[in-house]
Amino acid sequence: MSEENEMITGIEVPIYLKYNFTAGAAPARFLSQLKNGVLTGQRRAAPDAQVYVPPRGSCPATGLPTEEEVNVADKATVQSFTIVHIPIPGNAIEPPFVVANLVADGANISFIHLMSECDNAEVRIGQRVQAVWKPEEEWDYSMDNIKYFKPIEEPDVPVDEIGKLPVTGLEV
Amino acid sequence: MKEIAIVGYQQSDAVSDAGACNEVELIMPVLGRVYEQVGIGSAQDVDFVCSGSCDYMQGAAFAFVMGVDALGAVPPIKESHVEMDAAWALYESILKIKMGHADSALVYGFGKSSPGELPIVLSQQLDPYYLAPQWIDTISLAAMQARMMLDQGLITERDMAEVVSASRRNAMENNPHAQLKGELSVDDVLAQDTFVSPLRKADICPISDGASAMVIATVEKAKAWGKPYAVISGIDHIIETHNMGMRDLTDSPSTRKAAERAGVSNGKVDVAELYAPFSHQEIILSRALGLSEDTSVNPSGGVLAGNLMMASGLSRVGEVFNRIIAGEAERGVAHATSGPCLQHNLVAVVEKGEKA
Repeated sequence: MSEENEMITGIEVPIYLKYNFTAGAAPARFLSQLKNGVLTGQRRAAPDAQVYVPPRGSCPATGLPTEEEVNVADKATVQSFTIVHIPIPGNAIEPPFVVANLVADGANISFIHLMSECDNAEVRIGQRVQAVWKPEEEWDYSMDNIKYFKPIEEPDVPVDEIGKLPVTGLEV
Repeated sequence: MKEIAIVGYQQSDAVSDAGACNEVELIMPVLGRVYEQVGIGSAQDVDFVCSGSCDYMQGAAFAFVMGVDALGAVPPIKESHVEMDAAWALYESILKIKMGHADSALVYGFGKSSPGELPIVLSQQLDPYYLAPQWIDTISLAAMQARMMLDQGLITERDMAEVVSASRRNAMENNPHAQLKGELSVDDVLAQDTFVSPLRKADICPISDGASAMVIATVEKAKAWGKPYAVISGIDHIIETHNMGMRDLTDSPSTRKAAERAGVSNGKVDVAELYAPFSHQEIILSRALGLSEDTSVNPSGGVLAGNLMMASGLSRVGEVFNRIIAGEAERGVAHATSGPCLQHNLVAVVEKGEKA
């Protein structure tokens, strides 16, 4: 090559791959039930079995299939939380907002959802919350059917009892 | 060095679309069956677990972690993963045992290829500067390889069709999990239109969903379990350059060298299970391995009868194990491949164990 070319220091190579994603039998059941406004978990058919919400089809602790369906409450307890101050690109929610690991009454494992109608400085582990649902006509196969969880006037749950409540709520 | 025994092997059916079934739901039944075969209760009863899968198959980051939900990891287990075919998870597990860090291991592989466009997805394993940006799919690359062989007179289209015909017949006779099986004569194959010339659709492995699992152990442990076992007497794997232009695509030097190092020629080869996703590649591999007419090649139908991406390599070892346990063979060779046009190859020699 006679003339010196400019040094190439990088190239742009966008990748586009299309997938038909399927959630699986157990998560599909969970999503179908959400369309009916019900939170559904699964557990093994054993007396001491843990209830997983949302279910993946297996009990991760034992590796065995979760064959039993269990409806859980839309009341929950804060297991942990984060106050997000940095905007996430593409996310419509204005910071600061609260993302929390919530354990629904009757479930033994948490899921992640938003908290709102709350004083962020007052959010704490063990706090009691309840789902605020979208209008029924907007329900889809989606966790977005629940807009967020808001605090309710119930006593806090001691840390070692989180994830061990019956569906009826904390019996004091 | 400790001798390695295969004690159990199970696989799911190879299906074109597992539908509303996630990876955990694919894996769990297969693991349950392999525990039963070995006579153990769960992954807690082995010292090490290693899986093979690729997140690009299902298009979800860290999807392989979800696979662990099928294991029962409470209390914690020693667990590892390769972003490769599970034949390499087997390799890792063998090293673990040989180093004395474990006496037994569970190896499993799974792939749900149906959600994506597999040949395009696999183009992203090419080198990221020159080839991947051109989106060269696996079928086109294999077609180029077959064309080179035809042009050089190394094979004929009839040779390729014979591979296909034998695969379908073998799958019908020996493989209850096969996706494609039945009578398909050489002339039937040749009568098909070409798809990506010179390849016909029948020359190309199907896209399959499924999983497979194996339990290996030291020979001492296998004897303690009291189950029939086979011994892996040699295993090696070698990779060639990613630069396609620098490879002789009509040959597989990496397979030949891995076979030498695994000791393929140290005895009679009764059976060979070769991971040849395209018909002409079975011929390349048979030649590189130095197989004679006496060897039964791909009695399961091979991957032309069903290709569980990321599990098919492990399944080749499992199929040789099955033949030996069934008393149909005393010594066999299993081969696994990865990458375009047989870039990376693993060869294992499996032999009959002593009477349990």
